[in-house]
Amino acid sequence: MAEAATLPTTRDEDWRYSDGEYLRHADAAAINHWRTIDVPAGETRSEYQIHNSGDAAPGMVDRLRVHVGEGGRFEAFHMIAGGKFQRVEVEVTLGEGAHFEFGGVTIGGGDKVQEFVTRTIHAHPNATSNQVVRAVQWGRATGNFLGRIEVARDAQKTDAAQNFRAILLEKGASANTKPELEIFADDVLCAHGAAIGQLDEQASYYMAARGIPPQIARKLLIQAFIGDAFENIADDDIRQKMLDDTLAELDGDAV
Amino acid sequence: MLKIENLHANVGDTEILKGLTLEVGAGEVHAIMGPNGAGKSTLSYILGGRPGYEVTAGSVSFNGVDLLDLEPHERAAAGLFLGFQYPVEIPGVSNVQFLREALNAQRAARGEEPLSGGEFLKLAKEKAALLKLDMEMLKRQVNVGFSGGEKKRAEMVQMGILDPKFAVLDETDSGLDIDALRTVGDGINAIMRAPDKAVLLITHYQRLLDYVKPDKVHVLANGRIVKTGGPELALQLENEGYEAVAA
Repeated sequence: MAEAATLPTTRDEDWRYSDGEYLRHADAAAINHWRTIDVPAGETRSEYQIHNSGDAAPGMVDRLRVHVGEGGRFEAFHMIAGGKFQRVEVEVTLGEGAHFEFGGVTIGGGDKVQEFVTRTIHAHPNATSNQVVRAVQWGRATGNFLGRIEVARDAQKTDAAQNFRAILLEKGASANTKPELEIFADDVLCAHGAAIGQLDEQASYYMAARGIPPQIARKLLIQAFIGDAFENIADDDIRQKMLDDTLAELDGDAV
Repeated sequence: MLKIENLHANVGDTEILKGLTLEVGAGEVHAIMGPNGAGKSTLSYILGGRPGYEVTAGSVSFNGVDLLDLEPHERAAAGLFLGFQYPVEIPGVSNVQFLREALNAQRAARGEEPLSGGEFLKLAKEKAALLKLDMEMLKRQVNVGFSGGEKKRAEMVQMGILDPKFAVLDETDSGLDIDALRTVGDGINAIMRAPDKAVLLITHYQRLLDYVKPDKVHVLANGRIVKTGGPELALQLENEGYEAVAA
């Protein structure tokens, strides 16, 4: 395969916010490896992944290519924490009436670069997709979300939604987002929203006024914030574990 | 119980409080009335330690402790409760979670054991009933989608659960209809009328004072207490206006 021979660089549009240093030294075969999942018509596949290779790890790239058959459903919930550079890339092609549900959280400080890149292809009519990504960064860390939605010419009645919000806990942290909609059908709904901000100071003070110390207040507010990304995990225990593991990241070096 | 002496405070570069002196004893209810911009809300935020409000001179002692030396959450644990004029919405956090964290944080700061989930819910139910607030409301997100009156009643439920020694209530009567005003007034009396507790009511109007009878009424104008009297002063203000009474 031709692509296996080359390494992406930050000049490539889909890698523009990535860690250039990591890419220069990456293993081409590993970086060009795609996991594949085929969801048969009418069936559901779910995956829950916590990417935390430890702060000392150089990084990892997880690329996933999914095909969802007619009326099928694919759900992916990912959390990115440790590692210098971590990227999760998901490409999903939806059959007629299929659904793609994605929830992602990046959380970290230092000089980490953490990113989600999704490409959602509505190839046939009546498919739906919903993506919620939240970023919590501090230090000089960066959280990215590049989300492309492609709606083919005959993919009428597509209903696609995408939402990204980032909270930067410190000056110096950053977040980048790039929603891209390519719509060739005329009867579709595509909603997207993005916001980058700080922790709500009024809410923090309100909590303090009721006796909640700043560390706990911050944790409660961040829990509420990232909760959106994991809200659609049907299994209570799995949802709770994803939340707990994400919040545990705040206990280490967070401000 | 609360002793404020010669308090000067700024918001930004503007001096809002200009030498405010006030003492509230245990078992007392004091009302502070005054025109818009007199510094009433600034006083409440200074007492609550809100960021952006800076004390430039004077002192505040609370049960012998230098209140201004404490962080906002430490003030709460010491027994101070600030009722907000505009209660804050916290999306994604339920009232039950919020209040249980708050109560147990306060208890931990005082060296007390935390309440279990069951004990907490029992307490919350009791206080919600006192303020005629549907328990279902407490399961919802903090103040999100609450009407003005519901927010104020929820504040009083919070006060009931946290059981403070001293409450500063900033225009708790605003946004309440007549029935809710009575409920809130009864709630304040039930929760705070005790020999070892005290209340500072900040209000524009006499009407709340019909339900919560103040021992003293102060007029705050231009950053200072300009007049102090008994409950009759509130009536006089209502009839004659601030300018006539406080001039």
